[in-house]
Amino acid sequence: MTRPPVVELVDVTRSFPGPPEVQALKSINLRIESGDYLSIVGPSGSGKSTMLNLLGLLDRPSVGEYFLDGASTGSLDEEQRAALRGGKIGFVFQAFHLMPHRTVLDNVLLATLYSGVPRAEREERARAAIDRVGLSHRVDFTPGTLSGGERQRVAVARAVVGSPELLLADEPTGNLDATTSGEVMDLFEELNADGLSLVIITHDRAVAERAERSIRITDGRLLELA
Amino acid sequence: MEATSPGWGAPPVIARADRFSLQDLLVEASFGIGAKPSRLIMTTLGTVLGIASLVVTIGFAQTAAGQIANQFDAVSATQVLVVPAEASSGGGETVRAGVLPWDAPERVERLAGVERAGLLAEVDVKEAPVTSVPVNDPSAAALFSPAVVATSADLLAAVRGDVVTGRNFDAGHDARGDRVVVLGARAAEQLGINRVDSQPSIFIGETSYTVIGIIDGVERRSDLLDSVILPMGTARNDFAVSAPSELHVQIDTGAGTLVSRQAPIALSPNAPENFSVTAPSGKSDLQDDIQADVNIVFLILGGIALLAGGLGIANVTMLSVMERIGEIGLRRALGATRRDIGLQFMVESVVIGLLGGLIGSALGVFAVVIVSVLQGWTPILDPWLAIGCALLGAVVGLAAGALPARRASNIEPITALRGS
Repeated sequence: MTRPPVVELVDVTRSFPGPPEVQALKSINLRIESGDYLSIVGPSGSGKSTMLNLLGLLDRPSVGEYFLDGASTGSLDEEQRAALRGGKIGFVFQAFHLMPHRTVLDNVLLATLYSGVPRAEREERARAAIDRVGLSHRVDFTPGTLSGGERQRVAVARAVVGSPELLLADEPTGNLDATTSGEVMDLFEELNADGLSLVIITHDRAVAERAERSIRITDGRLLELA
Repeated sequence: MEATSPGWGAPPVIARADRFSLQDLLVEASFGIGAKPSRLIMTTLGTVLGIASLVVTIGFAQTAAGQIANQFDAVSATQVLVVPAEASSGGGETVRAGVLPWDAPERVERLAGVERAGLLAEVDVKEAPVTSVPVNDPSAAALFSPAVVATSADLLAAVRGDVVTGRNFDAGHDARGDRVVVLGARAAEQLGINRVDSQPSIFIGETSYTVIGIIDGVERRSDLLDSVILPMGTARNDFAVSAPSELHVQIDTGAGTLVSRQAPIALSPNAPENFSVTAPSGKSDLQDDIQADVNIVFLILGGIALLAGGLGIANVTMLSVMERIGEIGLRRALGATRRDIGLQFMVESVVIGLLGGLIGSALGVFAVVIVSVLQGWTPILDPWLAIGCALLGAVVGLAAGALPARRASNIEPITALRGS
């Protein structure tokens, strides 16, 4: 029995109402196998954000089906979607989105609140995740005292503490300089090597070319680049 | 079960107990409130003031009612006055229908609830001047004629008077008709008499009477202080007093209704309607009236202050929601449901309200106690009031937070996260 793909989009269209009606994604078909490393590129307004939101269960397709880990997501209610989002998917954002007044440990622990990590294991797993991204010496610091690269690494620790299957990164290096970008991408690739499926949305060609697979979205349509 | 090493395998089914629980909710809410301490203070201030003013209003009303009740208890609630009833005769005049018996005090003292009783009669001295003979000073005697009344021996106590110097006459003087008098304090002053150890005399007409005491501090019939007081027996002998005019009775608190019904029967079993009784109403009626008057206006004011406090909480919570859109979006992305978000802000609001209620309640109680002590009152405050008002703060927080919490739960993570 082969493992189902982590992500399967079947004829997915997402349209937004209101004159004029806009189709952000048009009849998308996509398979992402477990352990894939995928980059998605495209200009602004091409539908990258919509794609990210759909993959992350933050939005629903207007037409078509989204299978996450082999299971259909279309019929799930709000609470089930939230549980899946917390348990199987990890997010990393361009703007980091850390809570400014709380420590690195608390920020990473936040992810365990909603993802069903057993209470007794929460702190241990958070510390392990922080260690994994190389920030054990910063556990009790607040984000304000960290560099940009360190903050993004905290965000990565938060994204993976719940042992997700899919990591979605939205312009993860957008706020970082070249050197730090390289370090963060190295980290992503280490995680991928350990079996985490990775989807990176970016407009930066250098970042996009590091991925094994690359997809371009233009005007709502998908094109897989060789 | 999953592997214990931090690998990235498939997560187990999420157990209910490990999801976002009450404990987590309280922790997250307390961080949310405590993030900006200065804002927290500003937010709770309105509720603190509103609750404090409610507590102070009701507390002072209860204290004041207690004070007034004490005063009433001391005097009016324990005084009963019995006089012959007035009846109208044929020609439009009124005559006295009943006659107080000379042994009225003894009759009435047998009743339950009666402490003591005394008779009083007006004395008509038929224009005779009342003068004094000063002991040492040969200069002219005062040309001032105080009123003359006659009382039974117990009357002074019944109207709560005190002997300032000398003594009051007793039943013996009364029975023998001794020519002694007691002076009211103001009468004594006007007559120039302030000591009785030298046995000064006063003259009513040509007859001399020995002054044996001076009295003061009467709570009823204060015109006694301007009078010369004779024993009843003496007055009957010398001035032909035909009948007493008033019976003063000192009763226990709360016995007013009982005594006012029974006294006329004791005085005249066949015709109790011949007497009219003035007695205090029941104790509780009095207190209720007083409390009702004081409360309404200030309760409304306290309520308005509380409303303002609630609006303050609503305002700041909404502001907080708007500021934390990014955080809300993040939590949703991490797996929080709308309900989780809404509950978080509701709890923050309730805790702020409860905090304001507790502080306001404590301040209010403190204020009532301090002011009462300074004024020499006995502070009276229902303990349930203090607790109830603290909880009222929580209720205000609940109501105030409802709308902002709803707003927060409706925020779309998409827009929230892209926003910053």
